[in-house]
Amino acid sequence: MAYSEKLLDHYENPRNVGSFGKEEDGIATGMVGAPACGDVMKLQIKVGKDGVIEDAKFKTYGCGSAIASSSLVTEWVKGKTIDQALEIKNTAIAEELALPPVKIHCSILAEDAIKAAVADYKKKHQD
Amino acid sequence: MLKFPIYLDYSATTPVDPRVAAAMIPWLTEKFGNPASRSHAYGWEAEQAVESAREQVAALVGADAKEIIWTSGATESNNLAIKGAAHFYKSKGKHVITVKTEHKAVIDPVRELEREGFDATYLDVQENGLIDLEVFKAALRPDTIVVSVMLVNNEIGVIQPIEQLGEICREKGIVFHVDAAQATGKVDIDLSKLQVDLMSFCAHKTYGPKGVGALYVRRKPRVRLEAQMHGGGHERGLRSGTLPTHQIVGMGESFRIAREEMAEENVRIRRLRDRLLSGLTDIEATYINGDVERRVPHNLNISFAYVEGESLIMAVKDIAVSSGSACTSASLEPSYVLRALGRNDELAHSSIRFSIGRFTTEEEIDYTIDLLHKKIGKLRELSPLWEMVQEGVDLDTVQWAAH
Amino acid sequence: MDFFAPVYLDWNATAPLDEAVREAMLPWLGAAGEASRFGNASSRHEYGRGARAAIDEARGRVAAAVNAHPTEVIFTSGGSEANNLFVKGAAALMKPGLIAVSGIEHPCVREPAQQLRRGGWMLREIAVDAQGRIDATDWAEVCVARPALLSVMLANNETGVLQDITRLAREGRAAGAWFHTDAVQALGKIELDFRALGVNAMTLSAHKLGGPLGAGALVVDKRVELAPLIAGGGQERNLRSGTENVAAIVGFGVACERATARREAEATRLAALRDRIETALAAKGALIFSAQAPRLPNTLFFAVERIDGETLVGKLDRAGFACASGSACSSANPEPSHTLLAMGVAPEVARGALRVSLGRTTTEDEVTRFIETFERIVNELKQLASISV
Repeated sequence: MAYSEKLLDHYENPRNVGSFGKEEDGIATGMVGAPACGDVMKLQIKVGKDGVIEDAKFKTYGCGSAIASSSLVTEWVKGKTIDQALEIKNTAIAEELALPPVKIHCSILAEDAIKAAVADYKKKHQD
Repeated sequence: MLKFPIYLDYSATTPVDPRVAAAMIPWLTEKFGNPASRSHAYGWEAEQAVESAREQVAALVGADAKEIIWTSGATESNNLAIKGAAHFYKSKGKHVITVKTEHKAVIDPVRELEREGFDATYLDVQENGLIDLEVFKAALRPDTIVVSVMLVNNEIGVIQPIEQLGEICREKGIVFHVDAAQATGKVDIDLSKLQVDLMSFCAHKTYGPKGVGALYVRRKPRVRLEAQMHGGGHERGLRSGTLPTHQIVGMGESFRIAREEMAEENVRIRRLRDRLLSGLTDIEATYINGDVERRVPHNLNISFAYVEGESLIMAVKDIAVSSGSACTSASLEPSYVLRALGRNDELAHSSIRFSIGRFTTEEEIDYTIDLLHKKIGKLRELSPLWEMVQEGVDLDTVQWAAH
Repeated sequence: MDFFAPVYLDWNATAPLDEAVREAMLPWLGAAGEASRFGNASSRHEYGRGARAAIDEARGRVAAAVNAHPTEVIFTSGGSEANNLFVKGAAALMKPGLIAVSGIEHPCVREPAQQLRRGGWMLREIAVDAQGRIDATDWAEVCVARPALLSVMLANNETGVLQDITRLAREGRAAGAWFHTDAVQALGKIELDFRALGVNAMTLSAHKLGGPLGAGALVVDKRVELAPLIAGGGQERNLRSGTENVAAIVGFGVACERATARREAEATRLAALRDRIETALAAKGALIFSAQAPRLPNTLFFAVERIDGETLVGKLDRAGFACASGSACSSANPEPSHTLLAMGVAPEVARGALRVSLGRTTTEDEVTRFIETFERIVNELKQLASISV
């Protein structure tokens, strides 16, 4: 399978790998996928008081495309408001990384991870 | 000097030994006759070469040269043995037994037989990959006519108890076929003692050329087959088609070398394998697939937990290895062999088969150990599962978001 | 060379390997030192991908040589397997019906066709005329009988006779059959165009045109559904499982390219040499088979009255000329040529038949010496015969 330069770069040098301390302020976590499906993505966002995502970190168990998709997403969400982050679509991720057709699900999973993280944030800040 | 990628996939295919190549060359130059040509020296000479290669193949496995039939490879041998025996003996019964961990070249012909109306049993194996003899005996039926069990498994390298299986089959008059494609040059085979009726071989896993194999067909007691390829009457009518002299000569030479050198070679390979084994089991949460003792020294199959299989393969590009057998690695399905051992899909996916061979060096093994340590470390650094396990979470209790 | 090398006049049995073919194969046979290559084409790593790329390239070359699409080329271990694959593979997925094959087919078409009878198929042999061409009346009857499968060889291995496959395929398909032609002897000797012939399937072999033993192909129209003969692994679009024989396939590809490039010039040259021999033989009273029919340019099949073929072949061999007393595959068999019997040649005449087939390295000088030797031997044998009478 031929992978794009961008994909390989994100796979070889993933950005923003890691986890935030759980107790830190403004942290929300989205965990999607399942080990049995071959992909688990954990995306964490750190949201400022103004509702802007200041930082993001990820950990992914999955194929090279899944790792690259989640790495890319951490870059993209930074500086966006949570509502703007929700506008990131899987097609844009797939296009940016030139994902082969059999790997499109990785971009869908990355989009789901954003949604899950935002949902977590909203849940935490309802009260 | 290391040459990249380091080849550790000798179970997929082996390079041709330079001595084998040298033996083949004359048959690609001035000695070009068709071995079936009876009217001139080109043909006679080719025929002699074919017969002397037959002796060499027979000698490695304790057979008589008359019991060796040339084919295009082990896949054809397996097809001929299984379909040929089942078709010939179908008036005696319609039940065939094989094992879930067999190569596709055995499974698929058995499936074909099922479509033709035969019954088939695919035996489970134990967690170590070996057949339980009691399970085998229980599967036998009065109408069982053919049993096919491989000698050495291609993915996990375990050695099945064909001696005992052969005794049971012989006693009941059942034709016993053994796929030995992965066994020649690795384990001793003595067909004068084993109660095996049919055995498949190929050259390209034993440093010979691709495109040639053989089927052993026992003469005493005689086993009959229905030919699968007709026309011309070559190979006692069991397999028609012009014989590729150079390939056959290559197979003969590769089996001659195996016979003369295997004892010594296996000691060296075992040493390398043990080095690799201890180097890799240093890594936490690794699982060896298949029995460690009843196994050829050439094979090491390990699952690395909490890293995903495909990213693992991408990470270890410097080594040429296989995740599952070569024939199925084009698909994303986890290895059916590892599943049969009871491994879950994640562990089946994150397995690597390292297969060591004649040209593997200690330096290559050391490089591999180092590479795996680094890459598994990096991937686990990335893995949320590993993080959870480190935090003491039992992954089996986690409710995963449906996807 | 270990033995005195006779002049090789048995090119229809097998041909010596073309030098360029050998060069292309050596790396894949581990015989090119540092430049040696290997790999299982199913492996995903670099070794495997290299082998896969080499096979794809060869598939393109074979397809180009016969004007087919690369995906229509199924590699096999040789011509016999390809013929078996078509006959049995097509029949396996059809309701039993009528299969008709010409009376001069190679055993690897005839015998699989006979096997089909056990599965309820009817087999009919299509008659040939005295020249070895498909008999028009019988052919018309076959078409009326609505055959499901038809197989007629393009060029006969013994007589070299050529059939009008374009017309036969058109009529056979109109009658509702899948039409197959065994083109093993034609490839490299005459123009071969899968599309123009209009057949559904066509068998090729590498070793008759300067390629290696151990490689062949079935070129097949995708509308024809086939069951594999050899299952388990899924190679060749699931139609032919087994680790691909990379070296032989690579050699096959190069051989096709080379043979196509020199075909026209060679055909003219060989036909002239063949005609020289034919004229000389006829002057010695030899009976030339299929002389009135279109034939391969390199092939000459004949008998000399009252002279036993085996004796003649033996004497020629001792004098340094390798020819055939029948097709190589059935040379073990003392039965007279099946092709000649189908043409209505009397068994005692057929038993005396001899085949001379020429090729790439055949020279003018070899032909001159062959003619001289042949004349001398025939004179001796005739003298002996007259003394013993």
